[in-house]
Amino acid sequence: MIYNDEYETLPREALEALQLKRLQSQIERIYARVPYYRAKMDEAGVAPGDIKTLADISKLPFTTKEDLRKNYPFGLFTVPLERVVRIHASSGTTGQPTVVGYTKRDIAIWAELMARCLTAAGATQKDIIHNAYGYGLFTGGLGAHYGAENLGATVIPVSGGNTKRQIMLMRDFRSTVLLCTPSYALNLAEAMVDMGIDPKEMALKVGVFGAEPWSENMREEIEKQLGIKAIDIYGLSEIIGPGVAVECVEEQKGLHIMEDHFLPEIVHPETFEPLPLGEKGELVFTTLTKEAFPLIRYRTKDFSRLITAPCSCARTFYRMEKITGRSDDMLIIRGVNVFPSQIEHVLISIEGVEPHYQIIVQREGNLDTMEVQVEVSDSIFSDEVKTLEGLTKKIQNEIKDLLGVSCKVKLVEPKSIQRSEGKAKRVIDKRKI
Amino acid sequence: MKVEQIAIFLENRSGRLAEITGILAEKGINIRAMSLADTSDFGILRLIVNDTENARKVLKENGFTVGTTSVVVVEVKDKPGGLANVLQIIKKADLNIEYMYAFTQKSGETGLIIFRFEKIDAAIDVLVKAGIRLLSGEEVYAI
Repeated sequence: MIYNDEYETLPREALEALQLKRLQSQIERIYARVPYYRAKMDEAGVAPGDIKTLADISKLPFTTKEDLRKNYPFGLFTVPLERVVRIHASSGTTGQPTVVGYTKRDIAIWAELMARCLTAAGATQKDIIHNAYGYGLFTGGLGAHYGAENLGATVIPVSGGNTKRQIMLMRDFRSTVLLCTPSYALNLAEAMVDMGIDPKEMALKVGVFGAEPWSENMREEIEKQLGIKAIDIYGLSEIIGPGVAVECVEEQKGLHIMEDHFLPEIVHPETFEPLPLGEKGELVFTTLTKEAFPLIRYRTKDFSRLITAPCSCARTFYRMEKITGRSDDMLIIRGVNVFPSQIEHVLISIEGVEPHYQIIVQREGNLDTMEVQVEVSDSIFSDEVKTLEGLTKKIQNEIKDLLGVSCKVKLVEPKSIQRSEGKAKRVIDKRKI
Repeated sequence: MKVEQIAIFLENRSGRLAEITGILAEKGINIRAMSLADTSDFGILRLIVNDTENARKVLKENGFTVGTTSVVVVEVKDKPGGLANVLQIIKKADLNIEYMYAFTQKSGETGLIIFRFEKIDAAIDVLVKAGIRLLSGEEVYAI
């Protein structure tokens, strides 16, 4: 099903004409209103009038998280604060928080985009939506909430934490749609079993999971354990929040980007040159309709590629390949790039190994060491040392084969790895560099 | 002739063994025999107790990974050559031992050896035919 038939199935030609028109007026507005952007464009020698085609976007300078920090908190807003009705901010764990703002119209558009996403996942106004994304400064909770209300569904604003109560409510309310991070979905499945509840007795039929990268194997695991369809949703607070792109339930293969509101580009991760359609690189977005906090060519640090092939769901929006890594999450171990999702992929592909893991990185002397801690579940446990040692060897070898870097695998007791109540903490980097 | 043994996964952390024995003591479960296999990173505690099902349940409730396996308990004379005789029989029959451990009884006349065989049914067959006394589960749990 499609929420906004007119826009989501717009023929490419009409869509691109709409994008160009919106891009031109967006750039004009930003140039006129934000001194910081004007200075950057002047320095690059580009004026709003130079944008004559969509490809001309490559003439514009990029915007990075660093630019946002320099303008903390409201320096990049294009409307006076009296027109801003809401502020969100990133947690700021990697530095100063990133602050974003919304006008009434921005909020309305966001709510529509999120409603489109829920519809793409198969939700309707008849559904009971359990929203376990955190409410607050984080865009996840409120973003999903407004979308669910816009759809006309019944939304349970449960937010994060207190897992047992969540399960009780989900069971008693007969919730049909689950919104949370993928790692929390697995945490919920495990907690249900601990409480003696068969996850399949829940009324859940679909989950819309995002806010952290997750592997195909993790999808299979969630679908199997909870007996639902697991749909990937993408978004980042700088662009708008959740609702930038979503998988359709028909294909579950690539996420349709809401191209009438966001213009995607893929650039080379080092040279930042635009790459031809279909090639893999860093994902860059320009907002086309945002009022309070528009962004020009924002570098997401997420790696993906665009899929241009038509989709059976009839949406004409290009799809972006499922994100499996962020350059922010990337670890460099002895010069080799390692994404936690790659380790996850290896672990889940081994029969009986559960996706509860943690990566500990240390530096001994001048050498980086990586230890992967894996919980011993009943299904992999043996009373024989050689079986368990064989298992750790197998994991070590498969990680080495896939990543080209050796690691130590340590088996740990069940539940000794902290469970996610939002974004899972996969990596503990103890290196002092 | 098979005896149930429970195995528990242990990280090498101080106090874990005390914790397990404490949990069992609280439920009035008596340990009949035990052995601990350890590597530099983890250990596997193997126990024969007087109430396997309950021990398993209570340890699982406390968050431990617990498995159950079948072992064979052989009675040998508590004197030089007692064990050697049994091992000769096992060797001749080409049976593979995964691991074994021993304990003595109060009387001091016989020792008990616990064997974990690769092929338990074949092993029982050979030992019984050779006239070796194997203890039943009930006998071991009641010691």
